Amino acid sequence: MAISFAMPERVERERMMAQALAEGIMRPVSRQLDENEHERPVDFIKLIWPVMRDQQARALDRLKAPPDQEKEKKPRSPYLAMMVQIEALSWGDAGQYLCIPSPLLAGAAIEAVGTPEQKERFLRRFAEGDAPRWGAMAMTEPNAGSDTKAIETTAVLDPETHEWILNGEKIFITSGGLALRESDGIVVVWATIDRSAGRAGMRPFVVEAGTPGVTVSKPEIKHGIRASDTVSIKFENCRIPYDNLLGDPEVRREGSREGFRGAMATFDASRPLVAASALGVGRAALEFVKETLHQHGIDIPYDQPYHKLSAIQRDVLEMEAQLKAAYLLTLRATAMLDEGLRNSLEASMAKAKAGKAVTKVTQKAVELLGMMGYSREWLVEKWMRDARINDIYEGTGQINLLIVARRILGYSSSELS
Amino acid sequence: MVSFTPTEEQQMLIETIHRYAEAEVRPIAHEADETGEIPAGVLRAGWEIGLIPAALPEAYGGLGEHEALTGVLAAEELAWGDLAVALKVLAPALLAYPVLIAGTEAQQAELLPLFAGDYVPMTAALAEPGLFFDPRALATTATAQDGGYVLNGVKSNVPLAAEAHKLLIYAREDSGAVGAYIVDAGADGLTIGEREKLMGIRGLPTYPVTLSGVRVDAVRRLGGEAPLPYEAILNRQRVALAALAVGVARAAFEYARDYAKGRVQFGVPIATKQAIAFMLAEMAIEVDAARLMTWEAAWKLDQGQDATREAYLASRYAADTVVFVADSAVQTLGGYGFIREYPVERWLRDGRGFAMFCGLATV
Ligand SMILES: Cc1cc2nc3c(=O)[nH]c(=O)nc-3n(C[C@H](O)[C@H](O)[C@H](O)COP(=O)(O)OP(=O)(O)OC[C@H]3O[C@@H](n4cnc5c(N)ncnc54)[C@H](O)[C@@H]3O)c2cc1C
Repeated sequence: MAISFAMPERVERERMMAQALAEGIMRPVSRQLDENEHERPVDFIKLIWPVMRDQQARALDRLKAPPDQEKEKKPRSPYLAMMVQIEALSWGDAGQYLCIPSPLLAGAAIEAVGTPEQKERFLRRFAEGDAPRWGAMAMTEPNAGSDTKAIETTAVLDPETHEWILNGEKIFITSGGLALRESDGIVVVWATIDRSAGRAGMRPFVVEAGTPGVTVSKPEIKHGIRASDTVSIKFENCRIPYDNLLGDPEVRREGSREGFRGAMATFDASRPLVAASALGVGRAALEFVKETLHQHGIDIPYDQPYHKLSAIQRDVLEMEAQLKAAYLLTLRATAMLDEGLRNSLEASMAKAKAGKAVTKVTQKAVELLGMMGYSREWLVEKWMRDARINDIYEGTGQINLLIVARRILGYSSSELS
Repeated sequence: MVSFTPTEEQQMLIETIHRYAEAEVRPIAHEADETGEIPAGVLRAGWEIGLIPAALPEAYGGLGEHEALTGVLAAEELAWGDLAVALKVLAPALLAYPVLIAGTEAQQAELLPLFAGDYVPMTAALAEPGLFFDPRALATTATAQDGGYVLNGVKSNVPLAAEAHKLLIYAREDSGAVGAYIVDAGADGLTIGEREKLMGIRGLPTYPVTLSGVRVDAVRRLGGEAPLPYEAILNRQRVALAALAVGVARAAFEYARDYAKGRVQFGVPIATKQAIAFMLAEMAIEVDAARLMTWEAAWKLDQGQDATREAYLASRYAADTVVFVADSAVQTLGGYGFIREYPVERWLRDGRGFAMFCGLATV
């Protein structure tokens, strides 16, 4: 091994394709979709579905291949490829990107804790067919936001039918409606099989579209990423097969965090990818600012003493440095995933930095461009609104700092809460 | 392939320097700051690790190892020990690297062997006194005369000027471009002023240098007739400075982290309070971010690509980071942070200097 920042050629190609799609398909309808919340980005979905579908098919085929072949066929950097694609698509439009027909976070959970059979059973639908499908992940509840271990949704085993019975309400679920109402998709639902066991009693369950006892309601009206579908999902005596439980059904009490570990492994993979999406929005704003300033005769030099720079040039350099810092932290967390290294610390570092950096960068962009920044004729104000979510979901900035702090201090969650 | 793992040789080098920094540098850092003197033995031991000798071409007794990446890994570790010691150990590179990058064959043959043996103080003079220094608009001049050059001007912040055997003087030439000239200690017209009194890096002596009609032969112009690759030299310096800043920042972060775990108030370690824990988390994030920016810039230099943007952003970011982190470390220690017996206030004073050092390299 040696330190290297050289993107594999294949990854670079994926990035360029995603960027072309972002520019040609997403940007032209970006404003329209922002102004008409709950309208779907149909062109983007139609175009990206076959791409996502074939990627998923290849991933599943690799799972089935005998071990020696598996190695050969495995793309060397699947997460890196995802990172650059997500960054580029989010440059196009973060709200539309979130409508990407794919297992998304449900996929991350299944990948993290599912058996090979479960992967095949739940993910195959994302690898075939003409109609796009979506996945979603449902953790958040009215009384359980950052404090995920406080979830109240229960899963009780019916000893006679050997089914799990889910009861509870999930809120703020990204693509929940697309997954359950508008396609033949899946939702990974976190529920507790033993409330007295706290974290150790938490388990992820797969609920398929069409399962009785599931109601999707309340599409939220939001500050940003308005093209993204955010809904509540209610479970009322919702019965699912025993094998829809991901992971181990045994609750081991003594200090066990079995179920919780599954959630954490999911986040280790999803946080760098959320950071990647944030970076795309940040880059959109930065590029637009630089381009606009250039048209007004202001360029950003990288070779001038600080005292020779104008306030605007300093601001832009600061924006650029912040984005680069967040980008490199994200790149590191993602590359570690591809290497199969444990990256919880690095993932939270990347997410905390990216969430905060793009929030600041896009807010600065609106400020710097004055009326043009504030006007809804341009997209800068939208990017500022879109960027804001990144410091909130997948663990708020504070929650990710908490994780970083625990790791660097060697504290448990009870020692530092 | 994207990877963040140093090579095994680099890892060994880091460990060697770390042992030196921990066992020999840290114990004398406070004293060096108070007295302004770095013990000769510590300097010698630092030199013997062989960072600069290893960079020399094999023909001159080196290993030809002068990747910028290896350099930044080493620089961070040295500065983690102490910035003044790091700068003093590395000062000869201010002459060695430009000669390596831009010297004529004859200049290399004459000068490079000087770095193969024991520590020999060498230096370069770039900065000039006063506000708003701009390396693109040097006031020091090199005027062509009688087949040679005459140097006139005043330099400042020249490390080791009083003991250096040779100085590399940067000056504006008749064409307006910048050239560099090799001047021996004791040259006619070269005056070394009083040692400067600085806020930080107090173990490292720096001086103003006055040049009044210093004559240099044509063969002492770095690179002979060729234009000086000023940008390349400065990019390299910026990246090295960024790495040094990361080292100081990391020292401050680690100290504050350990302190916060041990300091009990209200019956619990202060690190169990979010106000402290979050500050530490942000310090850790910023140190890593600055390091990654430094690595990327160094990697780009090693690829032979234009790294002006990366080097600029990295050096600025690292200079901001070291102040943020050292300042947070002072805050973590509270009153103790303000007391000179504890190292964090020194790291804040040392760290603040990067705004100036990096400014020097900002062409
Ligand atoms: C658009 C959108 C999409 C979403 N998509 C999904 C999804 O697909 N699936 C899903 O499960 N959830 C989703 N969420 C929910 C999201 O993950 C939560 O909103 C988030 O985790 C924060 O929880 P909360 O809103 O309840 O805030 P709270 O937890 O109430 O937090 C409020 C404030 O308190 C701070 N805080 C809380 N605890 C601590 C602590 N211990 N220390 C310090 N500060 C603390 C927080 O940082 C925050 O600033 C989505 C949310 C939105 C807005």
